[in-house]
Amino acid sequence: MTSQTLTSAAPVRPSSAESSLQRSRQRTAWLLVAPALVVLLAIAGWPLLRTIWFSLTNAQLGDLTQLQFVGLDNYIGENGVLRDAAWWSAVANTLRFSVISVTLETLLGLGVALLLNTPSRVRTLLRAAVLVPWAIPTIVSAKMWSWMLNDQYGVINVLLQSLGLIDHPLAFIADPDLTFFTIILVDVWKTTPFMALLMLAALQMVPSDCYEAARVDGVPRLRVFSHITLPLILPAVLVAMVFRALDALRVFDLIYVMTSNSRLTKSMSVYVREQLVDFQQVGFGSASATVLFLVIVLFTAGYMAFTRRRMQGV
Amino acid sequence: MKKHPVETLLYYVAVALVMVISLFPFFYTISSSLKRGNELFSTSLWPAHPSFSNYASLFRDQPFGAYLLNSVLVSGGAVLLSLGVSVLAAYALGRVSFRGRGVLMMTILGVSMFPQVAILSGLFELVRALGLYDRLGALVLTDLIFTLPFTIWVLVTFMRELPKELEEAALMDGVGVFTLIFRIFLPLLLPALAATSLLAFIGAWNEFLFALTFTISPEQRTVPVAISMISGGSSFELPWGTIMAASVIVTVPLILLVLLCQRQIVSGLTAGAVKG
Repeated sequence: MTSQTLTSAAPVRPSSAESSLQRSRQRTAWLLVAPALVVLLAIAGWPLLRTIWFSLTNAQLGDLTQLQFVGLDNYIGENGVLRDAAWWSAVANTLRFSVISVTLETLLGLGVALLLNTPSRVRTLLRAAVLVPWAIPTIVSAKMWSWMLNDQYGVINVLLQSLGLIDHPLAFIADPDLTFFTIILVDVWKTTPFMALLMLAALQMVPSDCYEAARVDGVPRLRVFSHITLPLILPAVLVAMVFRALDALRVFDLIYVMTSNSRLTKSMSVYVREQLVDFQQVGFGSASATVLFLVIVLFTAGYMAFTRRRMQGV
Repeated sequence: MKKHPVETLLYYVAVALVMVISLFPFFYTISSSLKRGNELFSTSLWPAHPSFSNYASLFRDQPFGAYLLNSVLVSGGAVLLSLGVSVLAAYALGRVSFRGRGVLMMTILGVSMFPQVAILSGLFELVRALGLYDRLGALVLTDLIFTLPFTIWVLVTFMRELPKELEEAALMDGVGVFTLIFRIFLPLLLPALAATSLLAFIGAWNEFLFALTFTISPEQRTVPVAISMISGGSSFELPWGTIMAASVIVTVPLILLVLLCQRQIVSGLTAGAVKG
């Protein structure tokens, strides 16, 4: 979007010397982009094509050269991924995880962003504090929370018990009713700061005369928020949500480290890697990887169609 | 505007709550890492006799120093390669208008957004074909999948903000494009470059999936994989003290760097993410 406005703003001059200069500039531009493109094609484009190809074969990890073409067997065959209940449970887990965690992170992130946007003496301190969870590696935060939520020695259980909220320690990670909630809790803790920072940036772009005018007219603060602030930051919030959702749909580290093989929390990424590496089934694993890829492409395409309609509607 | 005292009170309560929730887990991690023996299971907030024995055993019982070095080499390598390639690309994409630029930008963004696990088998083949399996080079190469698109996008945003007059004057003087990029633009972009590299470095430092998949021997482990693999006699008696000590060691440098460059990081993050 931004690039188009810039393109049209670039000076277009009719003189032929100028235009030949322009052409040579464009040639240089392509040469400068070339290394980046070559690298990305080699490490992302090519592997993607090969993965799709492997998904149509019975390849095994041990020797990728020994393979036979099996058509769509890995997808819709008797033992195809689309007929595997474990795959669909991984899809459901991932979608549930993404919807719940992104919703919570957006709401809490907005709250923290509003706190950060309020002028006060403690604002810088608060910003520094919320950057801490964001800077902690996912593996570390998974281990940290596993320790704090430990059913025997965990500080959280002791705290809840001393507050009288529970009468016996909870097995946050092992209890099937709690494990999903625990994963979401840890993800929300780590990622809310990121959402808050993005929304803070949006809040700071709201022109202050909007607030001035509302103040002069004596509009109540809650109405100012719902009628001025929210509509103005909504586009940025949506973009932030999409970025988070794309990230959540590929969740791997957190679930792998906290609950590894539990079917209750297994995500699509964990399922795919298990097939590929642990079971060595490159053909089948690539088929599930391709389905995962298509899910994400569909999601992104759906979002882009949605925003385009919105843009035209405005 | 004068605020109601209740409102001010609520504000400070909310701020305090957010700070405690943000900071307590890491504080407790530090405190656990300093507890020795049975004290670990006491859930006291701070050990009566802080001890560094967990840290000592981390380096004595396993090559944790080597893991740290591996992580530094992989992340550093990926960041340096990304920066070298992306500064050139960012100049072209940010300052020259040419046909196909929009499509290129969207493609690059797409690469950073797609699930890495979706190309895992293709990457496996590539890594093996290049003879990089179970070598750190495999991780440098595969980390570029997310560091390169990220650095390009952020640097394009910063390149656009440089004054046009500067470039026009330089071109008028007949300066070549490399001189323009490296001698004139780069010094102005140094703060932006620092923030971008730091963010890319954090991404590579935390990378887990590729490190877990493309290395197998303990000597090639990076820190996240090493931490995930620290285990005790049985799965029921994990050495939590050692795990907490390792967590503190890999996290403290990141937190310090992030707090030091707060301002640039916030602008880098928003440049990389919001300007979709």
